[in-house]
Amino acid sequence: MASYSTNEFKGGLKIMMDGDPCSIIENEFVKPGKGQAFNRVKIRNLKTGRVIERTFKSGESIEAADVMEVEMQYLYSDGEFWHFMDPESYEQVSADAKAVGETSKWLKDQDMCTVTLWNGSPIIVSPPNFVVLTITETDPGLKGDTSGGGGKPATLETGAVVRVPLFVQGGESIKVDTRTGEYVSRAKEE
Amino acid sequence: MPSATRRLLQERARLLARIRRFFDDLGVLEVETPICSRAGVTDPAIDSMITRYTGPGAATGQPRYLQTSPEFPMKRLLASGSGPTYQICRVFRDGEMGRFHNPEFTLLEWYQPGYDHHRLMDQVSALVRSLQPGCSAELRLSYGALFQRFLGLDPHQATTGLLKQVAVERGITPGTQLDRDGWLDLLLTHYIEPQLPKGLCFIYDYPASQASLARLRPGDPMVAERFELYLDGLELANGFHELVDAVEQRRRFTRDQKEREETGRPVPPMDEALLQALQAGLPDCSGVALGIDRLLMRLAGAAHIDEVLAFPWQRA
Repeated sequence: MASYSTNEFKGGLKIMMDGDPCSIIENEFVKPGKGQAFNRVKIRNLKTGRVIERTFKSGESIEAADVMEVEMQYLYSDGEFWHFMDPESYEQVSADAKAVGETSKWLKDQDMCTVTLWNGSPIIVSPPNFVVLTITETDPGLKGDTSGGGGKPATLETGAVVRVPLFVQGGESIKVDTRTGEYVSRAKEE
Repeated sequence: MPSATRRLLQERARLLARIRRFFDDLGVLEVETPICSRAGVTDPAIDSMITRYTGPGAATGQPRYLQTSPEFPMKRLLASGSGPTYQICRVFRDGEMGRFHNPEFTLLEWYQPGYDHHRLMDQVSALVRSLQPGCSAELRLSYGALFQRFLGLDPHQATTGLLKQVAVERGITPGTQLDRDGWLDLLLTHYIEPQLPKGLCFIYDYPASQASLARLRPGDPMVAERFELYLDGLELANGFHELVDAVEQRRRFTRDQKEREETGRPVPPMDEALLQALQAGLPDCSGVALGIDRLLMRLAGAAHIDEVLAFPWQRA
């Protein structure tokens, strides 16, 4: 079984902790001059997202987590699973609602996503930072309003609801920042 | 590119000059002793770096241990009648790198014949105050009183189970088992140190199991006449009312070597020259080692040791 010594600890390293895959956020070396050396680390549980603090005796070995982040294309959802494909190998994986979580509202067929695989199975699906989606429903706005102040809710083709300026109309495509869930601009006509 | 600013390089030079003036004024002799020795340090908590010499006197080559502190040769000087001495030198500790650690660092070490550890603490305090005049607050607590104050427990009596329970209650969860001193070190570094007051803080009279090279004082409990100085919560110095008993010293070296062997770690040869010096007679004395880089960090308000080093380890 692969493992890492505390001397290999650094931000981003994936280790197993309490049976779950985790990612190291911060690693601090702590040692009294005449005493035991420790590595005090902050780690994120990749399944729950929780951040915990742990201390290891320096020199100890910790089981490595077989975690990979892969760029994959979103294919479709069958209601229970979301299906993704590696565009190079054509290999497909299916992620459940737990892995997809809130990301589902940004997923549009053909879009590229970052899929985190643990032992080959998806545990996290992250959307691209920006997505272009079509508005399926919004109140007709006031003509001539270009200020964007206030705004109105708009439902997108994936079901997400974002606030858009009054001048944006149903049927238009808009660019959204998925990290904040905020409208960025009208999508340029390609 | 250096990682220290020009201002910090100047501050380092000024700091070294002021330290030398402090000791010159006291009539303490500056000395230099070998950095590469035939013998290493056996302390289970400190790992030596090893280099190799080949040449006259060692045709097939011999390992040489880089000093982790100049303690042993300085004691040999004391035993030969040097009187009080100090040294500013580079020391090397394998495996120690982090925000407050560079594997190669600068140590100020000095010895005062006739002093006990309390009298030496007074001198350490005078030195640090002379370097940082604004520093007024000072706290002196025994190791026992320290643990009583912050954790409400007696570190000399508490069982390993109790120490573990107290650590877990405070959310300090180590991945594996520790021995009793390991739990004490964990509570000290993770829980107590972050709460130490600003200014100078001396901790003295350590558990006998953490005596290192300090003499033991019989009593209830028996304690090691050892002290540590913290400045604004950062460990700066470690001092001993020095062990002068050659038989006891050999026993500790042997115990250290055995522990190293059992845990599969390198076992450096013990320093027979030091043991001979103790046998010949080391005067009653106290000694202390103070980390110059950390002192400079505190004086300059640096957050990482790299900021006070011209070239840190990764760029050396």
